[in-house]
Amino acid sequence: MIALSDYLIVAAILFSVSVAGIFLNRKNVLLLLMCIELMLLAVNINFIAFSHFLGDVAGQIFVFFILTVAAAEAAIGLAILVVLFRSRRTINVADLDALKG
Amino acid sequence: MQYDLTSLQPVLPEIFMLGAACLVLVVDLFLSPRTRNWSYGLTLAALLGAIAVTVWTAGPERQLLFDGSYVRDPLSDLLKLAILGVDLLVVAYARDYLEQQGIYRGEFYTLTLFSSLGMMVMASADNFLTAYLGLELLALSMYALVAFDRDSRKGAEAAMKYFVLGALASGMLLYGVSMLYGATGAINFPEVAAAIGSGNVDETVLVFGLVFVVLGVGFKFGAVPFHMWVPDVYHGAPTAVTLFLGSAPKIAAFALAIRLLVDGAGGLSAHWSDMLTILAVASLAIGNVVAIAQDNLKRMLAYSTISHVGFIFLGFIAANDRGYGAALFYTLVYALTAAGGFGLLTLISRKGFDAENLHDLKGLNERSPWLAAMMLLILFSMAGVPPTVGFFAKLFVLEAVVHVDKVWLAAVAVFFSLIGAFYYLRAVKMMYFDKPFDTQPIVASVDSRLAFSVNGVAILLLGIFPAGLLQACRAAFGG
Repeated sequence: MIALSDYLIVAAILFSVSVAGIFLNRKNVLLLLMCIELMLLAVNINFIAFSHFLGDVAGQIFVFFILTVAAAEAAIGLAILVVLFRSRRTINVADLDALKG
Repeated sequence: MQYDLTSLQPVLPEIFMLGAACLVLVVDLFLSPRTRNWSYGLTLAALLGAIAVTVWTAGPERQLLFDGSYVRDPLSDLLKLAILGVDLLVVAYARDYLEQQGIYRGEFYTLTLFSSLGMMVMASADNFLTAYLGLELLALSMYALVAFDRDSRKGAEAAMKYFVLGALASGMLLYGVSMLYGATGAINFPEVAAAIGSGNVDETVLVFGLVFVVLGVGFKFGAVPFHMWVPDVYHGAPTAVTLFLGSAPKIAAFALAIRLLVDGAGGLSAHWSDMLTILAVASLAIGNVVAIAQDNLKRMLAYSTISHVGFIFLGFIAANDRGYGAALFYTLVYALTAAGGFGLLTLISRKGFDAENLHDLKGLNERSPWLAAMMLLILFSMAGVPPTVGFFAKLFVLEAVVHVDKVWLAAVAVFFSLIGAFYYLRAVKMMYFDKPFDTQPIVASVDSRLAFSVNGVAILLLGIFPAGLLQACRAAFGG
């Protein structure tokens, strides 16, 4: 039997990996988008685990909405990425330095 | 429960706004650039209509809808009216600027209306899901707006930074929300509050979740140490978008904080007021000190925003209705003032020239005494000089903090606003005592001049008669 805490630990690990990915990655903006998706999925695991062990469906409904919003978010993120690439010909994170202060 | 159409009446402002946004989206498809003013007119009409509907549905009672996921109360009415009012100013300022910069497209209006809808949903949220959906509707529209000028290198970079950090903040917020949900077993704020109040919930899990929620809220407000995006996004976005981004969403962020922290996690106020104390002091210090070093006016106003967020948090730290009322008053006043500050930048820009540097203010009095006088009021209000309304906003917040015996916090706030006064007064000195750096005449349309005058005069009048607005803010918290 897998306990609630096991799910929470997996979610926490995934969440930490994604946050670390966002802050450590200096190479590619696409990786940032993936990290963001991973972060939302970690949250989803949390919600589903709680929902199952509490016997309450609200958490699962929440997950449906998060999935939908994540899809919309990815669409906007990729659109911005295309605009960025058109103006700079690169999607290297380290090159995003025109604005500094 | 019997379900009929009349039970939807409290949610009518949002329904109206959704319809209007879709209408503008479709109508704009059939317009040529020469007839784009129809979109502008329709947007103004939509905002005025939404204000009328909000006033019509307003009332002193508290109404719950959709199984308690949506609430209409005096607080939500006041927040929605303020959001829509500030939006009206923004739309009036923006047209001239967009036209001159060659980015006069209908999407600006559609996205503005959709993000206003998101803000209205946030103001009325009564569970975590509604708050999250409102927040994302606002945020997604905002990401697109920041990248609105597709050919601008700065704009694309700012949008990317805003997107990544905004999504990170949403993720943090959601992680915290999932913890609160796990601990309390509910997503409706009243049930969450009841579960926290009952005392048989694991407090460690609650505080763990709360940390992430406060982090997310801090990010959305742009409080130190989560402020990195604010100056870059304000600088990189087209000024018309910065104007929008810097004003109305602050009211929505306030709504988010009130709904999540006070309505939901009110029982944990001892914990979050400590966390907010750190954010507030850091924001006041870094915001005011770093603003002095800026020679770009948009960046200066961005750091000034950060310092004002510190003041808004001071009201929350008091953790009583008096404090929340003061914070609400401060937020509304700040949104109005920020709209004016960025509004001036859109006014003095012209075709082929995008005003954003501090020296563009030089000699404004010689070029246009009326604009300089209005800007004087706005800068005085930001610095907190009486008789402008900014003085009273600071006064009420400080009073609320002193009332809960945190005099040291009030002293810190006053000290840093004194430092802050320096860069506001430096801008005033440039307007009145320096020779114009740019001697071309100011080209601005009648509607943006009118909006600017209304904005400046409102700041002065509210400063002379602050009682009405204060009463409304206190009444929103049942005081």
